[in-house]
Amino acid sequence: MTYIAKPTLHHPTLTRNKVGYTRRDYEGKVSTLCAGCGHDSISAAIVQACWSLDIAPHRVAKLSGIGCSSKTPDYFLGASHGFNTVHGRMPSVLTGANLANRELLYMGVSGDGDSASIGLGQFAHAMRRGVRMVYIVENNGVYGLTKGQFSATADRGSKSKKGAVNNDNPVDMVGMALQLGATYVARGFSGDKGQLVPLIEGAIRHGGAAFIDVISPCVAFNNHAGSTRSYDHVRAHNEAVSRIDFIDLAPEIHADPAPGEVILLPQPDGSQMRLRKLDAGHDPTDRVAAMHHLQTLQSRGEVVTGLLYVDPEAQDLHAALNTTSRPLNTLNAAELCPGPAALAKLNASLR
Amino acid sequence: MNRIEATNDFVVKFANVNGSGSASANELFAKAVLRMGVPVAPRNIFPSNIQGLPTWYEVRVTEAGWLGRRGGIDMMVAMNPQTWAQDVAEVEPGGYLFYDSTRPMPASAFRPDINVIGMPVTAICNATYEDPRQRTLFKNIMVLGALSVLMDIDPTVIEQLFGEQYRGKERLLESNVRALNAGRSFAKDHLQGIGLKVRRADKVGDRIFVEGNAAAALGCVYGGATVCAWYPITPSSSVAEAFEKYCQKFRVDPATGEHHYAIVQAEDEIASIGMVTGAGWNGARAFTATSGPGVSLMTEFIGLAYFAEIPVTIINVQRGGPSTGMPTRTQQADLLACAYASHGDTKHVLLLPQDPGECFSMAADALDLADRLQTPVFLMTDLDIGMNQRLCEPFQWQAGREYDRGKVMTAEQLDAGKEFARYKDVDGDGIPWRTYPATHASKGAYFTRGTTRNPQAAYSEAGPDYLYNVQRLLKKFATAATIVPQPVVRTAAKKSRLGVLYFGSTAPAMDEALTALSAAGIHLDAMRLRAFPFPDSVNDFIASHDHVFVVEQNRDAQMRSLLINELEIDPAWLIKVLHYDGTPITARFITQTITEHVHALAVAPRRERIHG
Repeated sequence: MTYIAKPTLHHPTLTRNKVGYTRRDYEGKVSTLCAGCGHDSISAAIVQACWSLDIAPHRVAKLSGIGCSSKTPDYFLGASHGFNTVHGRMPSVLTGANLANRELLYMGVSGDGDSASIGLGQFAHAMRRGVRMVYIVENNGVYGLTKGQFSATADRGSKSKKGAVNNDNPVDMVGMALQLGATYVARGFSGDKGQLVPLIEGAIRHGGAAFIDVISPCVAFNNHAGSTRSYDHVRAHNEAVSRIDFIDLAPEIHADPAPGEVILLPQPDGSQMRLRKLDAGHDPTDRVAAMHHLQTLQSRGEVVTGLLYVDPEAQDLHAALNTTSRPLNTLNAAELCPGPAALAKLNASLR
Repeated sequence: MNRIEATNDFVVKFANVNGSGSASANELFAKAVLRMGVPVAPRNIFPSNIQGLPTWYEVRVTEAGWLGRRGGIDMMVAMNPQTWAQDVAEVEPGGYLFYDSTRPMPASAFRPDINVIGMPVTAICNATYEDPRQRTLFKNIMVLGALSVLMDIDPTVIEQLFGEQYRGKERLLESNVRALNAGRSFAKDHLQGIGLKVRRADKVGDRIFVEGNAAAALGCVYGGATVCAWYPITPSSSVAEAFEKYCQKFRVDPATGEHHYAIVQAEDEIASIGMVTGAGWNGARAFTATSGPGVSLMTEFIGLAYFAEIPVTIINVQRGGPSTGMPTRTQQADLLACAYASHGDTKHVLLLPQDPGECFSMAADALDLADRLQTPVFLMTDLDIGMNQRLCEPFQWQAGREYDRGKVMTAEQLDAGKEFARYKDVDGDGIPWRTYPATHASKGAYFTRGTTRNPQAAYSEAGPDYLYNVQRLLKKFATAATIVPQPVVRTAAKKSRLGVLYFGSTAPAMDEALTALSAAGIHLDAMRLRAFPFPDSVNDFIASHDHVFVVEQNRDAQMRSLLINELEIDPAWLIKVLHYDGTPITARFITQTITEHVHALAVAPRRERIHG
């Protein structure tokens, strides 16, 4: 991390979007995450997506749980209200916020510990209910803030930095989201901005529950031999190795593979994580096909990335509840209170 | 043999099998007495079960208007063979046992000191009806018919109640009237009169007869709650269900059919309170209804809402604890769990309604207070109030009453240059200003978090920032004491050195006990607590008496602990009066316990006061 505050003055030549903001207006505080952390790339992708979709920053509410990933809403969209809630419980808080005012864009940021372990239940039920939101899981298979314990998405057989072997099967949140009825399901890679920004844009435009699992390797605790999430030297341009204090950080990987292509994330122990980008022929409106494709690649040891499924006609919780089109938080006493006359009638019926 | 003779002052208990249709017949009995102008206080005693287990309905007929549980049974309507022995044993000597005599019972099954009334209800029903369902349902109505003859209950009143219940369902109406009359004919022809009588009176006035849970739900509708998130748990589920019912009646846009409310049955209590927290943060009035185990699950969020200062309203319909405890019995045993819910230094506002009337008014007040104070507010009702119909003053709502949304800074105020610092005490009352998300394009946004922060809401673990914040929260809590519902004092007829503190569902039993004690020459000044934190008047009340009884329905004297802890009162000053077997506290218990203490105090040396 850096301690130098970002200048608030913007260069006059910066391009403004249709609502009059530059990209800089979508930034937040300086990140306190490790240098090269994939999460910061995701924040940058969120900034890019919101700017290019001409969303006024203050019309976004960003909510998160607890963990490295959940700290990131402080690092983007500084002009938006943010809420760093309780570990694993972002979905419920976001659901309540959404019920209160259906007009805002709700950005839920979570991690694999936050959503796949402690918060698996809330993740599942938010998907079931179709809460309109962009639900991003910054997935690194590890607990960063508490220094390197396994999360529930860690692959079976992978080794922690301290040498422990994970014997538990991993939770595949993409598979779960598909099964639970999420109407927009995607997986991205923090190092592939070209793919990630459009995935986030699509999620923002979506009318229901949009879930994006973003593989975001931990440079501090998951770059060691035995980890299946470390990203060592994949591309020639990833040469620099940053060193801060005693934390030995791996470099961040960037890649821009073509559709259908595989990114290999080779592990120091010889294993590789294979991220397969969906090819152009995939029909993202077919949920069953998406589930099938996901499982097929998984059986080959590959992790699919891209937009797996979208229901273009998706509706949300408000539609199911038939709530008024006006934000509930704007209704006043005259609209909400039945008044003394109705009460007198009610009293009469209780005698 | 002795025979209890009582008019308009007796207790009847119906012993039934859960799910046998007895509940509506029992309610008809209570309402019929009520319609004759005689107050009643019924209580459901039911198991955690849907069908098959024993259930009881205890009705106190009380012209004097004592609505607490009396204790003792003058007449048992024993319709459940499973609980026969226990039911027979419960009847007061000289009391009455009404039973289904279809199957002969050995003499040993009865008691020589009670009056036995046998009616072969099953046989009559089986002879009259083919359908097994009708045989069961109308059995209860026939019993009601027989009781109406025995007790002089006006049958036209019951028929009128049928008419209201089965409006538009003529066939049902007619068959019920027929069953009623069949029961009446049998009683007239075969049964001897009894000494328990209902006589027309005019003691009900304009009072209403309603369950506390329905009242609390209506209070949330009137108080402007738009979001309700809940998870089913006895005895609170009917709060959310009633909220939905009232919203369908009052909150649907007649033109569009759209709802001015949102109700989510969440996956658990954690999600419920999370949704309420999110909605409160985003400026909608929101509440959840739960019971003790739910509060336990919610405590992490309650701490967040306290520390991040988010309005949250929690209706806790208390039941017997700890753990799963007695899910269908009543207690006031969540006081400490709620007052100090969550880790770290936390304190929460508790409102203590005495009856459905206050469930209504305090539910609406709780929503105002939560917004004003930006903090969780608990409405601490219980099963006794929540799930029993209780006679209370009619609901009242002042025309034109606006909602107090508290200190919410608007875009206009921000544009006018008003300083916005989310956690700064600018008004001296400890309550900061907040903004709703999306208030202004460039001003007033802030980051809400459970971590410590400075007055500008920026993350900070600096000691001075932390101290400023938590001390401001204490100041806010002191402000709360001045705006919560204030205690009600009832001064004894004669000047007294003795005082008594009580609250919540204990109130009707206490009213009766005070009268009984006074008649016996024991005079006490009484203060009914209506909220926590305690205003100064509570301290003054305690200080102005030599001994103060604290009457409550839990084992550990939790209210007394709160008083000792918050007001730094010498524990010897406060005498415990505790009732906690899961049944509602009775006037008899209070009277007896206080009398024993008073006699003991009379011979004890007078206590030296420790002046603070």
